[in-house]
Amino acid sequence: MSRYILKRVAYALLTLLALVTITFFLMHMLPGTPFIGDKTPPPSVLASMEAKYGLDKPLIVQYGMYLRNCLKGDLGISLSYEKPVLDIILDAFLVSADLGIRAIIFAVIAGVLLGALAAVKRGSAADTLSMIIAMIGVSVPSFILGALLQYFLALKLNQALGHTFLPVQGWGSFKQTVLPAFALGLSSLATVSRLMRTSMLDVLSADYIKTAKSKGLSQRLILWRHTLRNAIMPVVTVLGPTIAAVMTGTFVIESIFNIPGMGKYFVMSIKNSDYTMISGTTIFYGALLIVCTLVVDLLYGFIDPRVKLEE
Amino acid sequence: MEHIAKERFAHVGENVLEREAINRPSMTFMQDAMRRLVKNRVALVCVILILLMLVLSIVVPMVSAFDYREQHYGHTNAPMGMVCDDPNSPGSTHVHIFGTDTLGRDIFTRIWMGGRISLLIAFSTALIDFFLGVIYGGISGYFGGTVDIIMMRVLEILNGIPYLLIVTLLMLVLRPGVATIIIAYSVVGWIPMARLVRGQVVALKQQEYILATEGLGAGAGRIIAKHLLPNSLSVIIVRVTLSIPNAIFTEAWLSYLGLGVPLPMCSWGSLAQAGIENFRLYPWQLIIPAVCISLTMLAFNLFGDGLRDAFDPKLRR
Repeated sequence: MSRYILKRVAYALLTLLALVTITFFLMHMLPGTPFIGDKTPPPSVLASMEAKYGLDKPLIVQYGMYLRNCLKGDLGISLSYEKPVLDIILDAFLVSADLGIRAIIFAVIAGVLLGALAAVKRGSAADTLSMIIAMIGVSVPSFILGALLQYFLALKLNQALGHTFLPVQGWGSFKQTVLPAFALGLSSLATVSRLMRTSMLDVLSADYIKTAKSKGLSQRLILWRHTLRNAIMPVVTVLGPTIAAVMTGTFVIESIFNIPGMGKYFVMSIKNSDYTMISGTTIFYGALLIVCTLVVDLLYGFIDPRVKLEE
Repeated sequence: MEHIAKERFAHVGENVLEREAINRPSMTFMQDAMRRLVKNRVALVCVILILLMLVLSIVVPMVSAFDYREQHYGHTNAPMGMVCDDPNSPGSTHVHIFGTDTLGRDIFTRIWMGGRISLLIAFSTALIDFFLGVIYGGISGYFGGTVDIIMMRVLEILNGIPYLLIVTLLMLVLRPGVATIIIAYSVVGWIPMARLVRGQVVALKQQEYILATEGLGAGAGRIIAKHLLPNSLSVIIVRVTLSIPNAIFTEAWLSYLGLGVPLPMCSWGSLAQAGIENFRLYPWQLIIPAVCISLTMLAFNLFGDGLRDAFDPKLRR
């Protein structure tokens, strides 16, 4: 077990190193310098700025310096925000993760229940309804969904009610998380419920369910203990990457609902050629993805004792 | 008990030819799948919808009274169904079916012009995904061992590089345009396909018939192309169908970030993005492209599901 984890972590670190290296050299090919914003500073100022951040040194020297700092846990100072990258990321990550966890909890609970219900009552209205929800979830891009939700459920509803039921945007209160969490979670909900339905149908026709029925176990016991636990495995598999992606925020949802999350840094860092921020977000996301996948793989072994982790 | 006359049990003789004759036309796997697909009404409706979108996208910009770039400053943000009485063309009875946008351009024409671009991007990326994914995944899965480990690590690294960074750099190197966007979308789009093909190949190569083929002296290329891939084709085709809505989705998302097709060209994504800006005043400017995107994605998704059911009857429940 610990050998397995060690091996996985070693592979992951190698992958992360390669990732950082490639991203580092790619991003220095971006046009412009990080310091050219709305107005271009005079060349002398530009030169001294570059000297301050070490951007005047040969690329390979910068790379070595960056790696050494990373090993010390220092991701550098953001070139456009002039604050430590790690502080910016952590602040924003807390917000994104808060929203993301809500979205994931909503997506998993609703998705699993809907999918299971659809499978158990196959062909019924509940089945059709859950499949319609799943189809909307995979067919409507999140920025359109976000804009529509904001317009109808916040703006129009508030006008109709005469008071604020759900805030249009912002961050801080529970009510403000409802719409963005829904918009963020709906596509995961769709994936989860479709997966759940298929695997639940597979399990329901398995021999051990027949055995359980013929033993005279109650329907509830069969569903909760025998079917659900076996059917949830494929859902657990996709959860690792999904959690990593949702927790680091999405630019679209965050900009529509005006949430100070992490999503914008992925986009703005590249638009601004903010080198330290680009590699900072890349490392952070890469590491989170690795951790999530590993945790999910380990969980797999606990949920399903038949799975051996040694291979 | 009823008595049966003995004469009735006479031997009628045998006709060997008739006994061995095939009395129904034989069906290949593909024919069988097609038969099941045609029976699936939802999938059929989706095919018709997709074809309709394609035909409209091709025909409407050709026959429309308006050009997609043509601006009518007198009628900016016109509502749906407004008659165009532009002073440049007096007595005109042409109607802006979906109204006009902020620059007075006819939305109906732009929608189908955008449909051309969006569908072109979607189909080309699906095609590229298919070839790259099949070749890469096939090789990685068949050879296994160190080759597999290295090739899969490369995928992981490629997947981790910020996507926007790749897109921005590509836009820099290549001329901005539809071709560049197709390449940019394909750079990482084929990764799920490669993973899927690899998984299929790894599972299939344990089968006895592969061992038999190897025993007969077939080379790796022949085994992959003639035996492993045809047997995983059904899963691959389903994945191709589902990668089309993904491409439309990605295109819409990049348009939202302002990295879409260059103006005055338009795609469904860029139309929706423009619509969001005016959404509170002129909601239909968002709703029309949104419906187009969603309907097309829905049709492809349901069609993909139908294909999966047709190819894999044991999943059909």
